[in-house]
Amino acid sequence: MKESYDILVVGIGGQGTILASNILGEACMIENRPVKGAETHGMAQRGGSVESHIRIDGRFGPLIAPGTADIIIAFDMLEAFRYSYYLRPGGKIITNRRLVVPTSVFMQGLPVPTDREILGRLSGYELCVIDAEGLAKEAGSLLTQNIVMMGAASQFIPLKTESLVQSVSRLVPPKTLEANLKAFELGRVAGSSC
Amino acid sequence: MERRYLLGNEAIAHACLESPVDFICGYPGTPSSEVVDILRMQPERNFYIEWSVNEKVALENALGAAWCGIRALCTMKHVGLNVAADPLMTSSYTGVTGGLVIMSADDPFAHSSQNEQDSRMYAKFAKVPCFDPGSIQEAHDMVRDAFLFSEDIGLPVLFRPTTRICHSKGDVTLGDLRVSGRTGQFNRDPAQYVVIPAHTRVLHKKLNGKQASIKERLVELGYNKAEVRGRDAVIASGIAVSYVSEIIPHSTSFAKIGAYPIDEAWLKEFVSRHERVLVIEELSPFVEEEVLQVAGTIPVFGKKSGNAPYEGELSPAAVGRIMKSAGFATNYDFPVANYPPDAPPRPPILCAGCMHRAAFYAIKKVFREGIFPSDIGCYTLGLQLGGVDTTICMGASITVASGIAHSGEKRDVVCTIGDSTFLHTGIQGLMNAVYSNAAITVVILDNRITAMTGHQPNPSTGITACGVPVPPVSLEAICRSCGVLYVETVDPYNLTLMVNALKEAKARPGVKVVIARHPCVISARRAGISRRPYDVDSEKCTACGTCVRFGCPAIEMGGEKAVITDGCSGCSLCAQICPSGAITPGVRK
Ligand code: SF4
Ligand code: SF4
Repeated sequence: MKESYDILVVGIGGQGTILASNILGEACMIENRPVKGAETHGMAQRGGSVESHIRIDGRFGPLIAPGTADIIIAFDMLEAFRYSYYLRPGGKIITNRRLVVPTSVFMQGLPVPTDREILGRLSGYELCVIDAEGLAKEAGSLLTQNIVMMGAASQFIPLKTESLVQSVSRLVPPKTLEANLKAFELGRVAGSSC
Repeated sequence: MERRYLLGNEAIAHACLESPVDFICGYPGTPSSEVVDILRMQPERNFYIEWSVNEKVALENALGAAWCGIRALCTMKHVGLNVAADPLMTSSYTGVTGGLVIMSADDPFAHSSQNEQDSRMYAKFAKVPCFDPGSIQEAHDMVRDAFLFSEDIGLPVLFRPTTRICHSKGDVTLGDLRVSGRTGQFNRDPAQYVVIPAHTRVLHKKLNGKQASIKERLVELGYNKAEVRGRDAVIASGIAVSYVSEIIPHSTSFAKIGAYPIDEAWLKEFVSRHERVLVIEELSPFVEEEVLQVAGTIPVFGKKSGNAPYEGELSPAAVGRIMKSAGFATNYDFPVANYPPDAPPRPPILCAGCMHRAAFYAIKKVFREGIFPSDIGCYTLGLQLGGVDTTICMGASITVASGIAHSGEKRDVVCTIGDSTFLHTGIQGLMNAVYSNAAITVVILDNRITAMTGHQPNPSTGITACGVPVPPVSLEAICRSCGVLYVETVDPYNLTLMVNALKEAKARPGVKVVIARHPCVISARRAGISRRPYDVDSEKCTACGTCVRFGCPAIEMGGEKAVITDGCSGCSLCAQICPSGAITPGVRK
């Protein structure tokens, strides 16, 4: 019934979810397709949990309903778990391997979630775990982790790789272009083995 | 015509350039801030633009400009309109000659706000038209039309997007940029602009006389439109229109409301052709009440019937539930999917190295039993550090503190307020506290920027909205001129000095002010300032948890010992408080 391909990008405020959403949106413009989206600004950007909704071919509202997202791109594993209820049956989660423990967990002495626990909780989903930090380092800049993730996700998103690459080239600062293109490619290769 | 993927606020800003607008002002507030931020960053500016010190000041500025025949835009968040309510209520009497659009961005679900008030009520209260966009494209088109409409009817127009318009994105068709060439000229007309009783009575009558034609004109403009397709009808407004569009069957009639006041005759005609009507809108039952007025015996479903919520924001799934519960057909059934209850929350947190954390730490150390009224800004997050006992609205830290101190409460009252908030509406409270001889300590958290809303400059920053250097206002001089005898400025990164200043304040009578001054780490980083990060010597670390409880997001408990991550911005506070001296400057990465 749904006519749009719905992507949820989740992470921690400051990790670059907004750039990721811009890359997807710009690629839709390149392919001349309608697109809608919504994102978190304001207070949550201060290290809180953030989400960007992107609806490729979307003609209506910006929000994706829980249980209907086609894919979740998570920049942090705990955030992948938090938003996993958004995924439709048979949908896919592409997640960064990294898990940043919320500071409040330490401050309040709550049980610290571990990688293994979270991976266990995600085991019911089609999961693709990416070492974004390692690949970004290989690309030449730790700041390209979000682009690594976009590269990995590009294996599954119904947008042409050329459009996404062109979109990345338009949106990242010229000085960082080389590292970002490399990051995209490394991510893409990593995503192909999922 | 160009199609681009834009943030709602970018589309709104672009519409202002197409209009084109001549005068822009506002006070930052989520979700409205990007409009002025985008316009002030334009490489070529054929308009005047400022960040004003508060919303009342902004609206009066814009009104003055519009009285000179030029087009003016004034932006704020919904609660900012409370501050600007005074000029708003009478600006409809005086009217305008140049187009005046007041953007008041509502925040259903209070994503970044202290309440969920509905700005449409203000439009009705002030008797000015209100535009309520249902999509980004519509927001763009409405802004362009709103200036013309304002000029046509000679009234300010309230433009009320919500968070899901301002901070949504989509493909938008844009028009061409234009240059106006208008310059302001004031034509003296006391009967219009001097609201003495004799004039205002006449103006009120004139304003009421305009209402009928406004309603008709809004239907003609096409922002209230309806399609009769069956016996059931859904009437939706604002962003709810988008959600309903996604799931409404072709056999259900659909009315889209985008502008107020609604023409009753038009509405009645539509409603009367149906057996049942469902109204879907966020926040107040604003449209619903109008529908109830004209529905007669036709059953109306919505908030008052218990089918739709009065609070929070709507979503596609919520709209689906409302339609189902009222017995209206939908063409899509949303699955039930729930948030995992055991996911540890990740609330927003003060940045690593934020001066506010250091200041709160010192305050809590000196005033263990204190009461801590606070205010609105990043530092409201000091709640997590036990440093915030109250917040209500901008500027209300000093005033609430005075009230508590005069109530007979015996404990020390120490309030915190940011530089921008102090300049917004804090000064009057300080003056009043001195005048009424309150015994309070005021800590001005001065990071030289309006940080929370995206780092806008303010009079303490020393640059204008366009980056032109100006003399920064002296907070010290303001406080002294209010009659404060103890005004001490310290860098809160130096814990000893900060603690000493607070102890000194504690020992003195009356109103004391400590100005804790250090640039916001984010604006400092943007300006290219970097400090050496710190490291934990795991040999010396006794895992006492002191630094972890300090709450810096760059400090983690890595197994048994504390570790500092690459998020460290080198404020040195954790090193100053570590009882074992285990934290020292590390190597610059
Ligand atoms: S943005 Fe600036 S003021 Fe706000 S939390 Fe970060 S460092 Fe503190
Ligand atoms: S020096 Fe300590 S408190 Fe300051 S930012 Fe680094 S880790 Fe956080």
